[in-house]
Amino acid sequence: MAPAPQTLFDKIWRRHEVLAESAATPAVLYIDLHLIHEVTSPQAFALLRERSLGVRCPSRTFATMDHSTPTLSSQVFGGAPIALESAARQVRTLESNCAAFGVELLGLTHAQRGIVHVIGPELGLTQPGMTIVCGDSHTSTHGALGALAFGIGTTEVGHVLATQCLLQRKPRTLAVEISGALGAGVTAKDLILAVIAQLGVSGGTGHVIEYRGDTVRALDMEERMTVCNMSIEAGARAGMIAPDATTYAYLAGRPRAPAGAALERALEEWRALPGDAGAAFDRELRIDAGAVEPMITYGTNPGMVVPIGAAVPERPGDEVFARALAYMGLNPGEPLRDRPVNVVFLGSCTNARLSDLRSAARVLRGRRIAPGLKMLVVPGSQQVKRAAEAEGLDRIFLDAGAEWRESGCSMCLGMNGDLVGRGEYAVSTSNRNFEGRQGPGARTLLASPLTAAACAVRGRITDPRELL
Amino acid sequence: MEPFTTLTSRTVVLARTNIDTDQIIPARFLTTTTKAGLGAHLFADWRYDSAGEARADFVLNQPAAAGCRVLVAGRNFGCGSSREHAPWALVDHGFRAVVSTEIADIFRNNALKNGLLPVVVDEATSGWLLSHPGVEVGIDVASSTLTLPTGAQVHFPLEPFAQHCLLEGVDELGFLLGRLGEIAAYERAR
Repeated sequence: MAPAPQTLFDKIWRRHEVLAESAATPAVLYIDLHLIHEVTSPQAFALLRERSLGVRCPSRTFATMDHSTPTLSSQVFGGAPIALESAARQVRTLESNCAAFGVELLGLTHAQRGIVHVIGPELGLTQPGMTIVCGDSHTSTHGALGALAFGIGTTEVGHVLATQCLLQRKPRTLAVEISGALGAGVTAKDLILAVIAQLGVSGGTGHVIEYRGDTVRALDMEERMTVCNMSIEAGARAGMIAPDATTYAYLAGRPRAPAGAALERALEEWRALPGDAGAAFDRELRIDAGAVEPMITYGTNPGMVVPIGAAVPERPGDEVFARALAYMGLNPGEPLRDRPVNVVFLGSCTNARLSDLRSAARVLRGRRIAPGLKMLVVPGSQQVKRAAEAEGLDRIFLDAGAEWRESGCSMCLGMNGDLVGRGEYAVSTSNRNFEGRQGPGARTLLASPLTAAACAVRGRITDPRELL
Repeated sequence: MEPFTTLTSRTVVLARTNIDTDQIIPARFLTTTTKAGLGAHLFADWRYDSAGEARADFVLNQPAAAGCRVLVAGRNFGCGSSREHAPWALVDHGFRAVVSTEIADIFRNNALKNGLLPVVVDEATSGWLLSHPGVEVGIDVASSTLTLPTGAQVHFPLEPFAQHCLLEGVDELGFLLGRLGEIAAYERAR
């Protein structure tokens, strides 16, 4: 009998089973690449010290700092102390842990530092067929290259440091089949927000999503990363896309990607990864990309999202919904369009790659941001920053009146002091609009870089198609 | 870890859905390098006003909440970030179990590693608990059942290995370290 057809997920899972799961115990899953950062690793290194353990595979472990790091050049490069002492302590702790355990670190002033989920693909560390984990839920981003990548907690960070393995029950699979062409002014961010609108914020719980279909095949690598990045906002720990010519072209020449004969061998393996014809998924969802409009959130989770021209939905009798709208200072039935905006944040592991900056610059070129509005542009990595500067994007942002910062997570979660004020409305290209995410009392509206730039120009919620 | 076999406690009810880990502990409290003392920041933006004063209308600030070890919450508890600081903060505050109709994957994994039991129940049980705050419930880990004051016994799913670890008070790392031979063999065979 021929072997049963396998999905991309099945193939990667099976190849990484040190021990298959049984009724009594989860699978022992081997991890190819472990990314660590300053916020979720200190207690894991403490666990190693408590148990007198070392890092099993320093060559598969890679550290950077992004979450609590400053974005002001003076604090990164200028010798000024990091304003937040607790953040400075995390930076020093990661430096000393990496030195003590022999882990490679792209530290604060390194030319290749950046948001962990931006630099993994950028450096070619992230490769098809790998298992990748990191103590961060947006690790799903790396699935864009055909890897199985998911976020873990700090105890599990300790497990992987010590054994290079994790105990895992096999998740279920969900195919999100997307067909049709995206309209003008509609981006990968709008697409994933539309997927979340349909799935709901817990619709993917217990599942790994594979994004498929002609729309997905037509996305470039950075767009695919935006899509996979927000899988967790639908509850799915991982999102993935089968590797193809786009993936291989993206990886070619990246410093940590295989080259020469090693690349030939790798390509042979990578080409065998896409799911077999007829491979079954536990669930399927179909999305018509042609019907997707520029999207914007209005509530306090990413599933509370509508096309930008729509009104805030009405759900009489739903107290939780009413509470979310009260937090946001919005009323059911009122249009979002033209509501005033105080802050625009262009950044995060969702939307701070070069193509995202170009997209926003397309709207901002030759224009000014609205008087009184604050706009922060935070590139996803130092390499993205330099590439943007090389093509003059920094001038476009600065001339428009925005701030141009060093890379990091910044205002996505406001750990480093880059905060939105209480009661202020921020249109943000990040991934979470939870209460207080960008600062106590901050009101976040998630949107694409194109929409964020349009809102910055007008100082009001604006359909980007009006400014293209 | 201490073995976790049974628990009897009154409940605290947070009748909200999609309580994310940014609510459980806001990101600005994650610039720590230890696990200690995070209970002070549990639900910080709901518990304290902008001046840092306790809000009298928030359930955890009310006298009835003192000593409660079971938190009952709406659907999809613990969604969002992977921060283990969320279960650390809940445990540091004194909670040993969270009851909901749905608990997010990463939070559930993190909770189990810290002796915080995720108890997923049906809509009817959840609805009853949400509308009867402060009742005393019993939890038995070996049979994975939740006992309501009505006498009703509700079975909840519990992954067998996590159950074993809770009952014995052992952690998963010991099991993984016991498999280093197989791990080395896997590495050689690749």
